[in-house]
Amino acid sequence: MKLTIGLAQIAPKLGDVDANLQTHLDYIDRAQQAGVDLLCFPELSLTGYYLKDLTYAVATQPGAGSPVFAPLLAASQARNMDIVVGFVDRDARGRFFIGAAYLSGGTVVHVHHKVYLPTYTLFDEGRYFAWGDAVRAFDTRFGRVGLLICEDFWHVGPPYLLWLDGADLLLMHSASPARGIDAEARLSSVRWVEMMNQAYAGVLTSFVTHCNRVGFEDGFAFGGGSAMYDPDGELIVQGPYYEEALVTAAIDTDDLHRARYRLPLLRDERTGLMMREMQRILSNGGGTR
Amino acid sequence: MIGKIHDIKAHADAKLIVNTELARKILVAFIRDEVMKVGFERAVIGLSGGIDSAAIAFLAAEALGPANVFGLRLPYEASSQDSLDDAQKVIDALGIPHDTVDITPMVEPLFARFPDMNNMRKGNIMARQRMIILYDQSEAFGGLVIGTGNKTEILLGYTTLHGDSAAAMHPLGDLYKTQMRQLARDIGVPDSILTKPPSADLWAGQTDEAELGYTYENVDRLLYLLVDERYSLKEAVAAGFGEAFVTDVWARVQRNHFKRVPPLVCKISKRTIGHDFLYLRDWGK
Repeated sequence: MKLTIGLAQIAPKLGDVDANLQTHLDYIDRAQQAGVDLLCFPELSLTGYYLKDLTYAVATQPGAGSPVFAPLLAASQARNMDIVVGFVDRDARGRFFIGAAYLSGGTVVHVHHKVYLPTYTLFDEGRYFAWGDAVRAFDTRFGRVGLLICEDFWHVGPPYLLWLDGADLLLMHSASPARGIDAEARLSSVRWVEMMNQAYAGVLTSFVTHCNRVGFEDGFAFGGGSAMYDPDGELIVQGPYYEEALVTAAIDTDDLHRARYRLPLLRDERTGLMMREMQRILSNGGGTR
Repeated sequence: MIGKIHDIKAHADAKLIVNTELARKILVAFIRDEVMKVGFERAVIGLSGGIDSAAIAFLAAEALGPANVFGLRLPYEASSQDSLDDAQKVIDALGIPHDTVDITPMVEPLFARFPDMNNMRKGNIMARQRMIILYDQSEAFGGLVIGTGNKTEILLGYTTLHGDSAAAMHPLGDLYKTQMRQLARDIGVPDSILTKPPSADLWAGQTDEAELGYTYENVDRLLYLLVDERYSLKEAVAAGFGEAFVTDVWARVQRNHFKRVPPLVCKISKRTIGHDFLYLRDWGK
């Protein structure tokens, strides 16, 4: 199956959900003109990233009852375009999550809650957000998909779990403050993310896309450079750094089979061995978090 | 030990090399974004004739267009002619609107009122007088005041509180002085500015390095290891830096931390500005 994926590398306004919603609708227009079937926005695309006490004010619940989600769901149906957005999810009991929602045909197909909340150096997510506790692949009209949010894929566990759960298309998104200047042409955090995502595509013989925001929040510079990788671990396309862009590429999901004939890592994966050893490590006090 | 210090210095020196094209691109975008999203299109910069303010003028001119950057020369009678000439070179190279305001008649009455005033007090008054003019011109020209602080001087506290530290932003604040020099060289700052010894130019013959007691090259290596690589003081000494040097530099960093934080508020309510009333400056922007 051939499909065109778009990565909307936008610069959300901090805490201005109405303005950000309009930016989403504008990019959906542009994406439709570019023939996009699946459009991904960055982490917290509807709210901005460094929310601090704004967290509580910008939260919503995904669904047609939300004034933010209603026009996005309508667009997914009217434009025949699947859409991934980032938002603050408030559950019925007043817990807040960093959420990513997959919208298709006017419905919310899946919501992922960020399972790793960086709370160190410049990050303070654990102060405001609850930890998600599930990593699940889900079925779409383009095949089985997994969503991950930024720190989720700085840990090897979530991409690996999604792979075992049947995802062939890993949709990553970030609001990653670029950092670590040295003599190289890219900052060290940017090199790190690109190295990991390219490696995931290769070792999981899967498609990996990464949509990263741009713009500034106080001193934080978000780097962009959104990219897609094929199941051979090769770069398909990459957006510019530090500038807004709609990055698009057509992929062929039959590449998955061809890559896996050559390199049957999925066929040979030993989940039983993994499980036995995990259980042994856990029973020896290796941590239960 | 000798071998070790050579290694660690070489390590720090290698890490202190910056890709100036990348730094330029990020900082130009930062200035443009942070000026424009608060509703401004213009900037006001005090041009001392030194490397930091020259670099800021070049970056701001690229970010906002030269016509939108107002360069002010603010000499005191003891300021050197070289400083004035070097500031003029920046103005001429960029073609920015400019003015020169002599602060001597503004500060002299205060100096005369306290005849025993030392150079430190006079220097602080001059820095604050310049701040008053820059902020007045900010209103008149409709531009944000862009500060020239770099990481070395901010860490060492080698600034005047509410003087040169007062600004809407310090775009060079995460580049050490030696990194800033690389950037200045590569974005076209004139040679005479690149090569002269750094000076606050508050009195004749003053240089930063004489006043601080160490060279920027040495202190940047140490600060890079202590701050960026999180060396402990003991580890820095073990790596070959002199114990007295390490202790003195870190005492300075600690002693001057008050210059890097907002004034304290005592928490007596349930929710307190600065403690648990927490928003970025870019709130809603």
